[in-house]
Amino acid sequence: MCGIAGLIHRGSSSDVGFEMTAMLQALKHRGPDSTGFAVYGQPSPGDYIMRFKLAEQEDMASGYDIGEKIAARETEVQKRLGILGATINDQQVATAYARRYVISHEGDMEKLSRYVEDVEGVEILSMGSALELIKDLGDAALVSEQYGLGSFNGTHGIGHTRMATESDVDIRSAHPYWAFPYNDVSVVHNGQITNYWLMRRELERKGNRFVSDCDSELLAVYTAVNLANGATLEDSLKASIKEIDGVFTYLVATKDELGMAKDTMAAKPLVLYESDDMIAMASEEVAIRAILPQEIDTTDPYDEEIRVWRA
Amino acid sequence: MAGLNQEDRARELGMVSEQLSGRTQQVFFQPEEADNLLYPWAPDVDYNKRAELDVADLTTTEVNREIKRLMSDGYGTIVIHNPRGKHSLGVGILNRLNLIFEGSLGYFGVGLIDGPNVRINGRVGWSCGENMMSGTILIEKNAGSTFGAALRGGDLVCRGSVGSRTGIDMKGGTILVGGDTGAFSGFMMQRGRMVVCGNAGKNLGDSMYDGTIYIGGEIRDLGVDAVPAELTDLDKAWLTRKLKLYDMLPEKGVDHFTKIVAGKQLWNYDNLEPAEKKLIL
Repeated sequence: MCGIAGLIHRGSSSDVGFEMTAMLQALKHRGPDSTGFAVYGQPSPGDYIMRFKLAEQEDMASGYDIGEKIAARETEVQKRLGILGATINDQQVATAYARRYVISHEGDMEKLSRYVEDVEGVEILSMGSALELIKDLGDAALVSEQYGLGSFNGTHGIGHTRMATESDVDIRSAHPYWAFPYNDVSVVHNGQITNYWLMRRELERKGNRFVSDCDSELLAVYTAVNLANGATLEDSLKASIKEIDGVFTYLVATKDELGMAKDTMAAKPLVLYESDDMIAMASEEVAIRAILPQEIDTTDPYDEEIRVWRA
Repeated sequence: MAGLNQEDRARELGMVSEQLSGRTQQVFFQPEEADNLLYPWAPDVDYNKRAELDVADLTTTEVNREIKRLMSDGYGTIVIHNPRGKHSLGVGILNRLNLIFEGSLGYFGVGLIDGPNVRINGRVGWSCGENMMSGTILIEKNAGSTFGAALRGGDLVCRGSVGSRTGIDMKGGTILVGGDTGAFSGFMMQRGRMVVCGNAGKNLGDSMYDGTIYIGGEIRDLGVDAVPAELTDLDKAWLTRKLKLYDMLPEKGVDHFTKIVAGKQLWNYDNLEPAEKKLIL
């Protein structure tokens, strides 16, 4: 089933971490396997926030030497960042297997990302100037507490509670998905993409990276490629209605935009609330009401509808 | 039309007036046997006995249990405050009751009901009034998709717009929508009437078996085997009466409505014996 949620504040920032946690916790019944957040703070020019993991959560119970392996992998990541000329300005331990680095780099970010991910067991969850992507097993409250998300201040965010159907219960298969070469892009999706393998092969032949077997990742790569080729977010969402087969409602965020698209069958839900100050959307109204307890007017977008809002 | 007898008028409206037989008809729908219109275990409620309930901190199960308890104590008017989009509120009520929600409901709101009059001063999520058998549901704002799915009877009314697949698989009753409806509305509809004052999305009435759809605005396109039909005087009279009842009659009247019925090229239940038809429907 899965639940998706997103919100964007117009012209101001707010406790987006806290708000997204409340919204996703209200959607826990739609999928308790994993929870993910992509939240956007103020962009810091010249700096990139790199969220990455050094192992899967289940690896932590798989051997006596996992701690040493993680330490070795982190040392190798630091070494490779240095080799390509990146400077680590700040480094934080998010969990035993997840890290948050702030780096400066003037070179090719895609080359840097590929070189870092070449280290065994390492996967970059997100890279961007405003994006912070957090995902792990468990419900929203648990993941948010683990990663200290409650105090995050920003302009917008999207999130996902996952009921695993066709791929594994692990961090790799959890949403949101980020994809290079476009920094700061993130995607959450509810539905099934039926031309996944066809489109994935086509994108892979062009050199694009896929880290999981989850069909939702296709939307992230597809969007990232479109944006890198100069399309606007609106263009990409509109094209996806024709090019992506299946049933889907998905949300895309960039450093200053939030967009949604609903497939031609309108088979997956989304409830939308719009005001002058903020826009909130979720699979169910109960998630929006978790942050707006007062009575509000909401609508359901129709089939083939796309929308984009700017922060 | 005025000179026609009841059976011919019904046929003009695209309905079938065969004499149904069987236990269900005899036990529950003989008007002279008024007692049989109520379930034997239905509580005897008094509409003038009113209870107010704030459910902000209650779970769905707790709310529904509380409604049940109030009904068994004879309360005939129950007002629910702060439902805050909770799912499955007010489901399975099988007796007379005035139920008022001061706020919005989530999925499956007041589904599977048989008898109560429900007013929702807010919006509803997916599948409101699913499988409703009798009574009325009036929603002041918008509604989600699959509004009135498998509806069997009663009036399901939304003053705002509704999502996709409205009245999917409906088997009777009436759906009234003040605004627009989304794609695939009336999909596999088998009986009953749907009235939409605004526009309809694509594939309207796709694969419908029977029943009638009235659209006041534009229709994006018709589904397989859904065909336009003549809007008769009887249709207009019925539409006017029904829409007036809920204060939803458009200023310009009902002459502009488009009537859609089944072409019966895919399925034609009229070729079946009544007993066979009843088994299917």
